[in-house]
Amino acid sequence: MAATTTRDAAAGPDTATDTTTDVLGVADGMSSLDAAQFAAHAADGGADIDGDPGSAEERHGLLRFATAGSVDDGKSTLVGRLLHDSKSVLADQLDAVERTSQARGLATADLSLLVDGLRAEREQGITIDVAYRYFATPRRSFILADTPGHEQYTRNTVTGASTADLVVILVDARTGVVSQTRRHAAVAALVGVPHLLLAVNKIDLVDFDEDVFDRIAAEFDVYCRELGIGEVTAIPISALHGDNVVTRSERIRWYTGPSVLEHLETVSLDGDPAAEDAGGPAGAQPAADPAGLRFPVQYVIRPRTADLPDYRGYAGRIAAGTVRAGDRVVVLPSGRDTKVTGIDTADGSLPEAGAGDSVVLLLADDVDIARGDLIAGVHDAPPPVTEFTATVAHLADKPLRPGLRALLRYGTTAAPVLVSAIEHRLDIDTLATDAAADALRLNDIGQVRFRLAAPLPVEDFRPGGTVGALLVVDPSDGTTLAAGMAGDRRSALRPRPGGVVQKDGTVTVTPVVVPAARDEDRCPGDRPAAERAAGPANHRGPLTDPDTLSTPGP
Amino acid sequence: MTTATTAPATTPPTTTASATTPSATTPSVSTPPASTPTARTAGGRRRGHLHDLESEAVHILREVAGQFDRPVVLFSGGKDSVVVLHLARKAFHPAPVPFVLLHVDTGHNFPEVLEFRDRAVQRAGARLIVAAVQDWIDDGRLAERPDGTRNPLQTVPLVDTIVEQRFDAVIGGARRDEEKARAKERIFSLRDAFGGWDPRRQRPELWDLYNGRHAPGEHVRVFPLSNWTELDVWSYIRAEGIELPEIYYAHERPVFRRDGMWLTPGDWGGPRPGETVERRSVRYRTVGDMSCTGAVESAAADVAAVIEEIRATRITERGATRADDRLTEAAMEDRKREGYF
Ligand SMILES: Nc1nc2c(ncn2[C@@H]2O[C@H](COP(=O)(O)OP(=O)(O)OP(=O)(O)O)[C@@H](O)[C@H]2O)c(=O)[nH]1
Ligand SMILES: [Mg+2]
Repeated sequence: MAATTTRDAAAGPDTATDTTTDVLGVADGMSSLDAAQFAAHAADGGADIDGDPGSAEERHGLLRFATAGSVDDGKSTLVGRLLHDSKSVLADQLDAVERTSQARGLATADLSLLVDGLRAEREQGITIDVAYRYFATPRRSFILADTPGHEQYTRNTVTGASTADLVVILVDARTGVVSQTRRHAAVAALVGVPHLLLAVNKIDLVDFDEDVFDRIAAEFDVYCRELGIGEVTAIPISALHGDNVVTRSERIRWYTGPSVLEHLETVSLDGDPAAEDAGGPAGAQPAADPAGLRFPVQYVIRPRTADLPDYRGYAGRIAAGTVRAGDRVVVLPSGRDTKVTGIDTADGSLPEAGAGDSVVLLLADDVDIARGDLIAGVHDAPPPVTEFTATVAHLADKPLRPGLRALLRYGTTAAPVLVSAIEHRLDIDTLATDAAADALRLNDIGQVRFRLAAPLPVEDFRPGGTVGALLVVDPSDGTTLAAGMAGDRRSALRPRPGGVVQKDGTVTVTPVVVPAARDEDRCPGDRPAAERAAGPANHRGPLTDPDTLSTPGP
Repeated sequence: MTTATTAPATTPPTTTASATTPSATTPSVSTPPASTPTARTAGGRRRGHLHDLESEAVHILREVAGQFDRPVVLFSGGKDSVVVLHLARKAFHPAPVPFVLLHVDTGHNFPEVLEFRDRAVQRAGARLIVAAVQDWIDDGRLAERPDGTRNPLQTVPLVDTIVEQRFDAVIGGARRDEEKARAKERIFSLRDAFGGWDPRRQRPELWDLYNGRHAPGEHVRVFPLSNWTELDVWSYIRAEGIELPEIYYAHERPVFRRDGMWLTPGDWGGPRPGETVERRSVRYRTVGDMSCTGAVESAAADVAAVIEEIRATRITERGATRADDRLTEAAMEDRKREGYF
């Protein structure tokens, strides 16, 4: 947490996303898993809306993770095994899976049926859409998204990965790293997923061979370094038989690291409350500073009742930063500035609120504010632009071409947008960029330049997606054509010098990274310090005067 | 066909068989005091899992109000819909809830729940529309099923009412942890002009950007409790001191056994010859049509005891109590494809 980043206005977009190393994970020292404890705590839940210190969530937080990897590599089987062996499957669910497995003449229960819940999925034995499951161990709570491996359903994989703190990428030990493995690793890195876990699966089918595992880990390592992923933990597993899924395998003695579940339980969590409170280097923020507030206005609350004839509040969820009563803020895109006079909730007013909180802001001046506006801190308010570039994952059959007119969803805004250029298309296998590409087609990833009719405060994407994330929507039927991350995500990731794939798991559970080297260990999405100092990457559009926030008319 | 009423709404058809009268020893519903819902951590900030779930749900509900012209909340008086209404009241406070409420009444609902429903609607100052399955049966648009259950019959009145009232967003309390097809649902879930769900046509849904745009005639189902578990719902009920229909807590009632569930006798078609009615201490984990909603044997008379019971249970909520899910392996998916919630 003692980050070495210098905090100035230009560093703003990155400051909220520091990865933190969870020292507690080691200090707790609970390495072997006790089934009885699981049973007792399997469904542990919060008991008080503001935190019951006795519940798993409050002690060790919530980890959202997603599976990824090519078709049939064993993602759903792994998820089923994880749920089953951690005693998170209730008796009737297991009965149903056993009944279906028997009816199909299988000798043992096919655990993938726990998540492949659609008729078509069960009939074909593949995953088509994301399944969400919720479970808890004594150490942590989990939301897991089991995603499809088939290329045709990449949009569903992207959906599952977009909110993940960690992605488990599976590889079939017999076939090794394939194109889909690379595509999913790239998607995870580009959307800013902080942690990757490489699960080399079906190790039972290659005689638990260490060389096979090493070869695959090395191959993946080359790709990750090229991509700029900071850290990957590799684990040899058999999802079918349970080796290294919840308990460590007796059959893979050469591997000394944690099981998949142990890793999930101990990996450091971003958005760690302590880190968020500190807001970076201690003392860097004056107490009254709005600390980079981003508050997209969702709805204007006007009761117009007898006792509240003049109440006017702006409802929204804080996307970044904090807000306190008395803070000066600027309303974008208009650029008017005003003061926060109160923070309202149904439970009373608050002295301060932070990222993730749904609140109502009261302002001093009767400025004209509507849904779609952004209320931002005065010190680092993003300048409105009429042109910007974004890294885009194309998710629909209809191609994305220059000249396409669509609807942009950004924050709470929906605005007309024009695709002005395809800057390049990314070759997923080689990571080379093709500047000659004339369109992005289904499942392509590339860099796209957009033009707006009226200026909007578009700014660089931040991992987590509450800032800088966008959708391109077909205005005729509402189809989501593409998802984008403002800025140039590809060049925001840097090639890494050393090996990044770790097979003993020590790197991720031990804070080996000394504060001075913190910059090296930032999550993949963060831009290097030098680049950050140069200012936001995407505002190459009409020049904006950062002091007045005024933009030349389009 | 739909009766628009300001609460109290149309009185439910009263059951005649004496066995169906709620037991005289009405359960004592002790709604515990809210355990300091506004408590703060030392830093002055509210934190925790329930707080995050609440913030997410409030964000979703405000997106609905911001993106749609004619939103409606499905409100049955069951615990999940009660929590949704509670969240909607918080989301728009101090203004009233900007949504109409809709209940599809099978005619076989628990009288205690209907009475609670009407009180809750009145307290929220909302407008409730009741679509009564009986009306659709009376004019021949629906036929009674041989097994007597009316649960699957709800879909037609629901979709008819959505079309008739031109609702463009339909907010429901369904959770992904309830059932394997529901585990596949988006938070904003597109429905075609017939109310149907096509799992292959689901839109990508990234980050917290919810795309509610749709073609005319289509509508969007919205599930603000998608990421809540049964235990989260109960923990929230405790933390916020939310009142529920009393049948969620242990009480004595006449019941009979069918398909491994305790059902309440009534003119919906039970008991059959050979099924015997006895008195048991039970509670309901879900409430729905009386013909297919089973009670569980329980001594959990208050919310703390219910939470303990759920922590220890080895059976899912729907598995323990819903006959309608047992018809086939993909019963829920099939109903959702037809427009069920
Ligand atoms: N021998 C062996 N077979 C496995 C292992 N893990 C999975 N399988 C088998 O591989 C096949 C595919 O497994 P799934 O879990 O459905 O694969 P998936 O990655 O979820 O597939 P999609 O979701 O369709 O991409 C099934 O027949 C599994 O039984 C393993 O560790 N060892
Ligand atoms: Mg699968």
